[in-house]
Amino acid sequence: MTTAIAGKEAEDRVAVASNWRLVWWRFRRHHLAMASAGLLIFLYLIVLVPDFFSTQNPEQTDARQAFIPVQMVHLFDDGGVSPWVPAIVGKRHPVTLRMEWTVDPKKKVRVRFFAPGYSYRVLGMFETNLHLVVPADPSMRIFLLGSDRLGRDQWSRIMHGTQTSMTVGLVAVILSVVLGVVLGGLSGYVGGKTDQVIQRVIELLQSVPTIPIWLALSAALPRDWTPTQVFFAITVILSLVGWTTLGREVRGRFLALREEDFVLAARLAGCSRMRIILRHMVPTFTSHIIATSSLAIPVMIINETSLSFLGLGIRPPAISWGVLLQEAQNIQTLALAPWLLTPGLVVIVSVLAFNLVGDGLRDAADPYSN
Amino acid sequence: MTSDQTPLLSVRDLKVSFTLDEGLVRAVDGTSFDVMPGQVLGVVGESGCGKSVTMRAILQLVERPGRITGGEIRFRRRDGGEPVDLARLSPRGAEMRDIRGGEIALIPQEPMAAFSPVHTVGDQIVEAIQLHSHRWEAGGRKLSRRDARDITVGLFRDVGISMPEQRVDAFSWQLSGGLRQRAMIAMALSCKPSLLIADEPTTAIDVTTQAQVLALLRDLQAKYNTAIIFITHDLGVIAQMASYVVVMYLGRVMEEGPVDEIFHAPKHPYTKALLRSIPSLYGETRVALPVISGALPHPFNRPPGCPFHPRCPDVMERCSAAVPSLQPVAPNQLASCFLYHDQADAG
Amino acid sequence: MTRYILQRLALLPLLMVIYSFVIFAIIQAPPGDFLTAYVATLSSSGSSISTEQIAALRAQYGLDQPMAIQYVRWMQNLFHGDFGLSLEYQRPNADLIGEQLGLTVALALFSFVLTWVIAVPAGIYSATHPRSLGDHVLTVINYVGVATPNFMLALILMWIAFAYFDISVTGLYSPEFVDAPWSFARVWDLMGHIWLPALVLGIAGTARLSRIMRANLLDELNKPYVVTARAKGMKEWRLVLRYPVRLAFNPLVSTIGWYLPALFSGSLIVATVMNLPNIGPLLLRSLINQDMYLAGGILLIYSFLTIVGTLMSDVLLALIDPRIRVEK
Repeated sequence: MTTAIAGKEAEDRVAVASNWRLVWWRFRRHHLAMASAGLLIFLYLIVLVPDFFSTQNPEQTDARQAFIPVQMVHLFDDGGVSPWVPAIVGKRHPVTLRMEWTVDPKKKVRVRFFAPGYSYRVLGMFETNLHLVVPADPSMRIFLLGSDRLGRDQWSRIMHGTQTSMTVGLVAVILSVVLGVVLGGLSGYVGGKTDQVIQRVIELLQSVPTIPIWLALSAALPRDWTPTQVFFAITVILSLVGWTTLGREVRGRFLALREEDFVLAARLAGCSRMRIILRHMVPTFTSHIIATSSLAIPVMIINETSLSFLGLGIRPPAISWGVLLQEAQNIQTLALAPWLLTPGLVVIVSVLAFNLVGDGLRDAADPYSN
Repeated sequence: MTSDQTPLLSVRDLKVSFTLDEGLVRAVDGTSFDVMPGQVLGVVGESGCGKSVTMRAILQLVERPGRITGGEIRFRRRDGGEPVDLARLSPRGAEMRDIRGGEIALIPQEPMAAFSPVHTVGDQIVEAIQLHSHRWEAGGRKLSRRDARDITVGLFRDVGISMPEQRVDAFSWQLSGGLRQRAMIAMALSCKPSLLIADEPTTAIDVTTQAQVLALLRDLQAKYNTAIIFITHDLGVIAQMASYVVVMYLGRVMEEGPVDEIFHAPKHPYTKALLRSIPSLYGETRVALPVISGALPHPFNRPPGCPFHPRCPDVMERCSAAVPSLQPVAPNQLASCFLYHDQADAG
Repeated sequence: MTRYILQRLALLPLLMVIYSFVIFAIIQAPPGDFLTAYVATLSSSGSSISTEQIAALRAQYGLDQPMAIQYVRWMQNLFHGDFGLSLEYQRPNADLIGEQLGLTVALALFSFVLTWVIAVPAGIYSATHPRSLGDHVLTVINYVGVATPNFMLALILMWIAFAYFDISVTGLYSPEFVDAPWSFARVWDLMGHIWLPALVLGIAGTARLSRIMRANLLDELNKPYVVTARAKGMKEWRLVLRYPVRLAFNPLVSTIGWYLPALFSGSLIVATVMNLPNIGPLLLRSLINQDMYLAGGILLIYSFLTIVGTLMSDVLLALIDPRIRVEK
C-alpha cells in the first residue's frame, strides 16, 4: 500500500522508508487523529505543570465564595487588547438567606497573561510563580469555571485533577503493557505448561465482574494510606485486569511468529532466546501494541473516574476528575451550579481524543486490518 | 459457426472505471466482442487485464467505486424480443434480477468462498430455484421448498455428485474442492440459462479434479446447448474448451478469432508472446522459456496509444501516439495492431 | 453439542469455588472488621460500648475465629442457601439481596435488548451506506457514546430533566407505586421508567456494538458469496439480511460473553447515581461499612451471573454457527 503514486521518485521514497516513517505518513492523513494528538500533547503539558495553568491554589477555600458562576475571559476592551473578566456581585436570597452570585459584565476585573501569582515548584525541582493567567490585582480571586460549595476554584482544581487522572491512565496502561507483553510473550513463545497456566489465569481474570471486584479491592485499601499510596494502589488494581486483553493478543502474535522463517534463521544463527524475542519478534508488532495501548488509556481513565466518583478510588484531598465529579452528585446543587459538571466534559473530550488517536494509529500501523 | 446467426450477447466499446482516492482506473477500456448462441467463447489474458471486470459488467455486478462509463451490452432475451442493453438496466431493478441467474448465470472463481459457510449448499440452490420459479412451469405460483429441493437433488445427480440426497444438506466446507465446484455448476444451471459465465472455474482446484470439472462442463454444454464465456489465463484450458478466442490486455481486446487460427496463426505480437511462453512437449529441454519482457504497468499509469507498446518487440513510432482499432487480419480473425493497418488510416 | 454444554456446566461449581476463595480474601483484607467500624460510629455519636459487649458480639458473629474456620463456616452456610446475617441491617443477607436481585437482572437484560435493537440496525445501515451522511452522523454519536462514562450521562440527563423540565428521572417507579404490591399497573409503571436507565447503562455498549457490526458487515459484503447471491438475482436488501448480516452476526454473539457481565457490573454505578433498586448500591454500602458477608454474598452473585452470561453466549454461538457446532 503506497500513499504516493505519482512518479518514480515518490515510489522510491516509499520503498526505502522505515516502518515508523510509513506509519507516520499514514497517520498524518487522519486529520481528526492529528488534531486529537495535539490536544493530548496539550493535556500532558498540564500534567507536567498544572500550577502554571491554575489561577490560584486549588485547596484555597472560602465558604463565603461558594457557587460563584463562570467568569469568562474577554480579550478586548475599549478597542484594544486588554484582557478582563466580568466581576461578580452577591445578593442574599430573601428566603433561604443564601448568598447568590451573578456576573456583572459592566464591572470589569483586569487580568494579565504570563504574570506572577502564588509560587509553586515545577516537577519538584525549582520554584517559580509564573502563571498563564492571573488577576491584575493579586488580592482578587477569579473563577474561570466558577467555584464549588467550599468556594474552591473549579478551574484550578480541574488542572490538578487532570494531572492525577491522566497519570493514572498512562501508568496503569504502561503496567498493563509490561505485564501483557512479558506474560503473553512467555505464554506464546515457551508454550506447553507455562502457556496453559497463563491462559487459565487470563480466562479467570477476564470472567471476573470487573467493577464490583475493583470496588471491593479499593475498599480493602487501608483508610490511613497517604494519597500517593492510594494513587499507586488504584493504578495497580486497574492494570491487574487490564493486561489480559493485550496478553492474549501478544500470545497470538508470538504463536504465529514462532513459525516464521526469520525466527528460525535467527535461532540457527545462534541468537539467544532473549535476543530473538526482543530484537526479532517484538519489533514486528510494536506499532500494534502502541495502538492498542492508546485505546486502553481511555478505558482506564473512565474506570478511575467511575471508582473515584463512587468514593472508592482516589480520595480527597487528592484531586482527580472523578473526585471533582463527586461534587456534582446532588441534582439540586447541580441545578444551582451546572459548572460542577465541567470535569465530566474534560473526561469526555480527553477520552474522545485518545480514542481518535488510537483508531488513527491502528489504521496507520495495520492498514489491512480495517 | 455461421455468420448469418444473430449474436446472443454483443458487447460494444464497453468501458468500466474505478474512481479511487489516487485517481481513475480504467479497468475496461473499449472492449467489444460477440457471443453466439451455444458457442463456447474463451477469454484469455494475464491477471489484471480486465477479464473478470468485463464479466461482472455483463451481470451489472461491478461494485463501488467502479461503474460502467460507456458502451453497450446487448443481450437477446429468451422471449425473443429485441435485444436489451444490459448497460442501461438498473443494477438492482427487477428486469436485471430476472436475467441474473435466470438467463445469465455465473460460476465464480473460488468455490470455497462462493458459498455461505453458515447455510447448507442445498439451501442456497433452493433459493435460486425459488427466485426463478416461473421458469419451472409452476403455473405462475412460487415453487414450494420441497419441489425446489427435489429439483436440486436432480441437479446434483446431473453434475455427478454421488449421494445427492445427503450432499444437499451439507455445508460447503464439508465438501471437497471438486464437489464444491460441481455444486456451484449445479446452481448456475438450475434455471437453464442461455449464457453461462465461467470465471476461472478451475484455478482454485487441483489438476485431476480440474480435468473432471472441465469434462463435466463440456458434457453439460453439449446437452443443454448453453453458450459459455470461459475466462482463464490458462491457454491449455482454452484449447480444450473454446471454439472462439478473445485475447485481452489492459482492458482492451488485442485479437480474436477461431481457436485454431489463434493457436496456429496468431497475428498480434501479444498473442504470439503469450503462446511462446507455453512449455512444449517437443521443444528443447532445459532451456529458459521465453517470457514477455517488462512488467504489467501500474493501472494508474496506462501507457498512451496501444497499451502493449512498451513491452512489444515490434513497436513502431505510431504505437505510442494512437490506439489501433480492431481490424480484420484474416477470414474470421481480428487484431488491433498497426502492423496490420493500412498506412491510409494512420492519421 | 450436548456434551459440550454438560462439560461447561460441570466446570461451573469449580469456578465458583475459586471465586469464593478470592472474594473471601478480598472481603477479609481491610484492617479491622465490622465491629471496629461500628464502635467508631458509636463513639463519634457520643455513645459507648463496653469491651465485654464487643467481645461478646465478636464471638456471636464468629469474628474471633481464625480465617480458615470463618471461610469454612461461610461456605457451609452458603451450601445450605444461608447467606448469613447482615451485621448492619440485622436481617438475613439472602432477603436483602433477594429484594433487589430481580430488578437488577431485569435492568441488565432490558438494557441488553435495547442495545441490540438499536446497535444492529444502526450498524447495518452504516455498512450498507458507507461514507453517507447518516453513516457520519452515526459515527460521531458512536464516538461520543463510547467516550461518555455512563454515570456522567446519567448526571447530565437527570440535571436537564430537573433544571429544565422540573421532573425527577430517578428511581424505577412513580412515587405511588414504590411500596405498592405487585400489580399490572405497577409493572406498567416500571416499564415506563426502566427504559431511561437501561438506555444510559447501554449507551457505550450500543456504540461499541454498532461499530463492530459495521466493521464486520463491511468485511462480509466484500466476500465472494455475496457476489454469488447477487448473481442469483436476489433483491439487494433480502440478500444483505440473509447472507452477510447473518455472518457478521456471529462475532457479535461472542461479545455477549463479556457484554452481559459488563452490564451487571455497570448497572452498579448507574443504579447508585439514579437511585435505583439494585444490588449495586447495596454492595457499595456494605463495602464501606465492612458488612463483609453481605458484600461477599453480592460479589458471589455477580460472579455467578458473569459465568452464566459467558456460558450462555458460548452455547448460543455454537447454536447459530454450524462451523462451531459440528466441531463440538
